[in-house]
Amino acid sequence: MPAHAFFFYIFSLIAIVSAIMVTASKNTVHSVFFLILDFISISCLFILIGAEFLGMIMLIVYVGAVAVLFLFVVMMLNVAQQKNQWFGATSGGKHIPVGMIVSLIIFFELLIVIGGWKLKPDLTNDFINLSTSSVTNTHSIGNVLYTDYIHLFQLSGMILLVAMIGAIVLTFRRRSGLKRQSYIRQISREKSDGVELVNVKSKVGVKIDV
Amino acid sequence: MEYLNILFSETYKILFLLLPVLVSVAMIVWLDRRIWAFVQKRKGPNVVGPFGLLQSLADALKYIFKEIIIPASSNKIIFILAPVVTMTLALVAWAVIPFSEDFVLADINVGILYIFAISSLSVYGIIMGGWASNSKYPFLGSIRSAAQMVSYEVSIGVIIINVLLCVGSLNLGDIVLAQEKIWFVVPLFPMFVIFFISALAETNRPPFDLPEAEAELVSGYQTEYSGMMYAMFWLGEYANILLMCALGSILFLGGWLSPLDIFPFTMVPDPLWLIIKILFLFVLFALVKAIVPRYRYDQLMRLGWKVFLPISLIWVVLTSGYLMYFDLLPKN
Repeated sequence: MPAHAFFFYIFSLIAIVSAIMVTASKNTVHSVFFLILDFISISCLFILIGAEFLGMIMLIVYVGAVAVLFLFVVMMLNVAQQKNQWFGATSGGKHIPVGMIVSLIIFFELLIVIGGWKLKPDLTNDFINLSTSSVTNTHSIGNVLYTDYIHLFQLSGMILLVAMIGAIVLTFRRRSGLKRQSYIRQISREKSDGVELVNVKSKVGVKIDV
Repeated sequence: MEYLNILFSETYKILFLLLPVLVSVAMIVWLDRRIWAFVQKRKGPNVVGPFGLLQSLADALKYIFKEIIIPASSNKIIFILAPVVTMTLALVAWAVIPFSEDFVLADINVGILYIFAISSLSVYGIIMGGWASNSKYPFLGSIRSAAQMVSYEVSIGVIIINVLLCVGSLNLGDIVLAQEKIWFVVPLFPMFVIFFISALAETNRPPFDLPEAEAELVSGYQTEYSGMMYAMFWLGEYANILLMCALGSILFLGGWLSPLDIFPFTMVPDPLWLIIKILFLFVLFALVKAIVPRYRYDQLMRLGWKVFLPISLIWVVLTSGYLMYFDLLPKN
């Protein structure tokens, strides 16, 4: 189908170019915007292959929540002025070997996954085949996720929870001298708690105990 | 040739949907100002045209002829892009809104997720505008609104899960058809209330209009904008409000279904019922704007994370427990 191919090439071109621009652009905020463009075009690719649920979840989770927080942090830390450096940087070049190692590992992982799939295409036949089944892919993902892989699913949820609590514990500091508003105390306060009427005698005054 | 034909017919359909939406956005601005004025015993816009109906058109004309000023130290591309993003996102979401059983532009399987995704994207228009202005007040406003919209989206998402549990489908048409017996506003009334308040916060309406709190932030992310670009922000905002009203009427008020399936009600065409429900919710939005003072920022965050999120999560457990116990879970 030519129209399908046309859209595929448009979206994948945008995805690749914006992925390159994430690392290449000088301004960090621009990098995050390119990252968002990359997420959006990848979710369009998901929708093109008929995985509309994954595409929408990609939009909601990555673009709607994760990238917003990225932007937040980048804007708040004021690293926009800090220029990104390409290879051969004089001062900040120490991270390049680490980055190379990580990207090499990711590259080999991808190679293994794709190579295994190329060598033995029936490896994935155990899973539900999206193209032939009559149910929508939301249903089929739910059917697999909540039956065969329920324990793994729950485990990954637990890992996320632990990560979240860990992040909160690491950054939370109880500051002193903080005035907090207590709704219950405000509402339950009576006139007699706050106001006292005193008869002041002339030249004697009144003793106030606070 | 075949592709061209498809292209033309689709464009025709899109225009047929978008033009009424844009016109009704203009009308809704007038209605909003009128209701606001009536609550405060003023007259509101009543000079241009009958009852002031053409006020929004006059305003739009004024904005078109005003000069667009782009601040010298702003990030120009993002500055121009921000209102475009806001308005585009507010309009594309209308593609999946079903006006009757077969009167829908794109009847996709994951319609509700699509709307949710688009509404979660609409925060970018505000962040981009605030950051690109390169000025203190817009930046503060955009940071506030980003936090606000992300927080209230969470509770809206959980509320949508409540409805989806009763429906068993992500398609908006199926959601409406599942309410033929009883509208979800009856069994899920607390969720409807929380949805309504979250929708107020999501669209930055008063009492949650902190992003543009004029007393503290001049007018938030819109401070540096002028002319047509300002008008686009404002159109996008109202289109978003209408969209939230439409979503509320589809999720809880039975969409295009008539309240009673008897003679005088069945005479009214289906799309008109949806429009009446959207208008009803919008009048509520406008009334809230007129009578409620603005929230403080920490109160806003507390309401979102400590009140709405736990209640809606508990309600998910209650709903699913009820449906499981009485064996009412939708099966397909």
